[in-house]
Amino acid sequence: MAVITTDNLTKRFPRVTALDHLSVEVQPGVVGLVGANGAGKSTLIKILLGLAPATEGSARVLGLDVATQGGAIREHVGYMPEHDCLPPDVSATEFVVHMARMSGLPATAARERTADILRHVGLYEERYRPIGTYSTGMKQRVKLAQALVHDPQLVLLDEPTNGLDPVGRDDMLELIRRVHREFGISVLVTSHLLGELERTCDHVVVIDGGKLLRSSSTADLTAATSLLAVEVTERQGDPSFDADAALLARLTEAGLTVTADGGHVLLVELTGDEVYDAIRDAVAELGVGLIRLEQRRHHISEVFSVDTVVEEPAHV
Amino acid sequence: MSETRVPDNRQDVIHDIGYRHYEGPRLGIGYATRSLYTSSLRGAFGLGRSGKSKILPMAMAVIMAVPALIIVAVSIYVKMGKLPVDYPQYLTNLQFVTAVFTAAQAPVLLSRDLRFMTVPLYFSRPLRSSDYVRAKYAAMVSAVFILTLMPMLIMWIGSMLGSMDFGYNTQHFAYGVVAAAFYSLVYAGLGLLIASLTPRRGFGVAAIIALFMVSAGVSGALRGVMHVTGHQAASFWVAMLNPGFLIDSTVSWMFNLPLRGNVAEMPTTIGGIAFLVEIAVLAAGTFFLLVRRYRKI
Repeated sequence: MAVITTDNLTKRFPRVTALDHLSVEVQPGVVGLVGANGAGKSTLIKILLGLAPATEGSARVLGLDVATQGGAIREHVGYMPEHDCLPPDVSATEFVVHMARMSGLPATAARERTADILRHVGLYEERYRPIGTYSTGMKQRVKLAQALVHDPQLVLLDEPTNGLDPVGRDDMLELIRRVHREFGISVLVTSHLLGELERTCDHVVVIDGGKLLRSSSTADLTAATSLLAVEVTERQGDPSFDADAALLARLTEAGLTVTADGGHVLLVELTGDEVYDAIRDAVAELGVGLIRLEQRRHHISEVFSVDTVVEEPAHV
Repeated sequence: MSETRVPDNRQDVIHDIGYRHYEGPRLGIGYATRSLYTSSLRGAFGLGRSGKSKILPMAMAVIMAVPALIIVAVSIYVKMGKLPVDYPQYLTNLQFVTAVFTAAQAPVLLSRDLRFMTVPLYFSRPLRSSDYVRAKYAAMVSAVFILTLMPMLIMWIGSMLGSMDFGYNTQHFAYGVVAAAFYSLVYAGLGLLIASLTPRRGFGVAAIIALFMVSAGVSGALRGVMHVTGHQAASFWVAMLNPGFLIDSTVSWMFNLPLRGNVAEMPTTIGGIAFLVEIAVLAAGTFFLLVRRYRKI
């Protein structure tokens, strides 16, 4: 059963349309929600929690209607906001116990679950210190803990890696994977970095301007957008020879999709391991030096540009 | 000790048993609201918070109680047979303490959640914004009620210990309870409403104190002007401008108690009814505005 279904979901504010007939289905697992700032991610989360009414269309979370069963949804959903939300003068334990009781857990259960969940997110002795003394990474863990303490079936994580250094980012992503793998809780995680979600999510939903741009499994997305950047030297002692053009011709001949990026870099669509072999052979036969052969890191912007490339032939 | 040694196949070692799901009860909105009420009421007296945050509310509680203790001790010692201060009158005399307590503690209940942006965490739970407001409003009303009831309880118990007139003291203690209820509703409502407008606690404290002091000043000055210009008969109306004078006048009118002549005059019947209506409007209106304030978060 889908954990989230939206059908023609639309949210209009007096000035802007935050969500524009969005229809998407999210299956259990770790699902990434990608979009630039202002793409409608936070609005979508608010509607899914039953906190804001949709202008048009409908949405169901865990099979419950967001318009009429908001309370029941919020009982079984956890939410980790993007912004700071922790009072600095209480300890993580006190704070998470309080939040557990706000979710309806009896006092004893709230304390037990808090101890458990703080251990799971990796907070040990420091849990008794005031939150004000924590590092950003520790604060993010407390925020995650309060979203999980009532054992939800689904958690909505809004930009959980924001403000973290690379190590903290990797730790948080690993923690998110564990939330699903070990805890059995479905995750909807938003980010504006596609590369980050590729490593974490089973499925990625891309929205822009409140519209659905793409919804596909991470494997599909990677296959469709993976590119190899290839850069070669000129041929020694033969300045008139255009190595880039020759390589482009040679690779196209070999049946690969190649585009020049304007500089000295060729972008080859990575459809399988044989692509590496083809590039190696072509470079060797031309007798040029290989300077660069690397997989491109993806960013949200690439999905947009690839998407336009895909659409263009239809207009021609 | 050796007989308590656990055999080798011990069962009590701590294993990492992995994630456990919660199968127990989820007690819902009513329970969550009550929990928030309890923690907020404790917070209003600094309980469960740092030692520093206990200083002011506890100091106010002590200042409120000590004169009552002295009054009781002296009246019993010199065998007065009657307390020198009437119950509602005691609260009038110590209005300033109630105002300072409200100004200092109402922002504690609301500004923290606004400043540290904790409010969305509450609303992402079953709790609705109106439940949040209900819990906070009830907690602040209770806190002011406890503060104002405590000294009168000391006086009433003291009067019993001093074998004073039971009927008279119980009746006037009841008048005092009504006054305490008015103070609780009006002061807590006004304090919370102002506190909800700013995430900065300091601004909240200053604004609430200013409201009580400025309104008292304006009310007193207007009354003076009316006396000088010969509008003495209508001058009781100015009590409507200050919450403290308003409650003082209303309670005196309701129970026909002597007024401290230098502060206010006894309202007419129409005036008394109008005062009662104003108290009701202040209590209900601040609650309604608070609910509206939190609806859009």
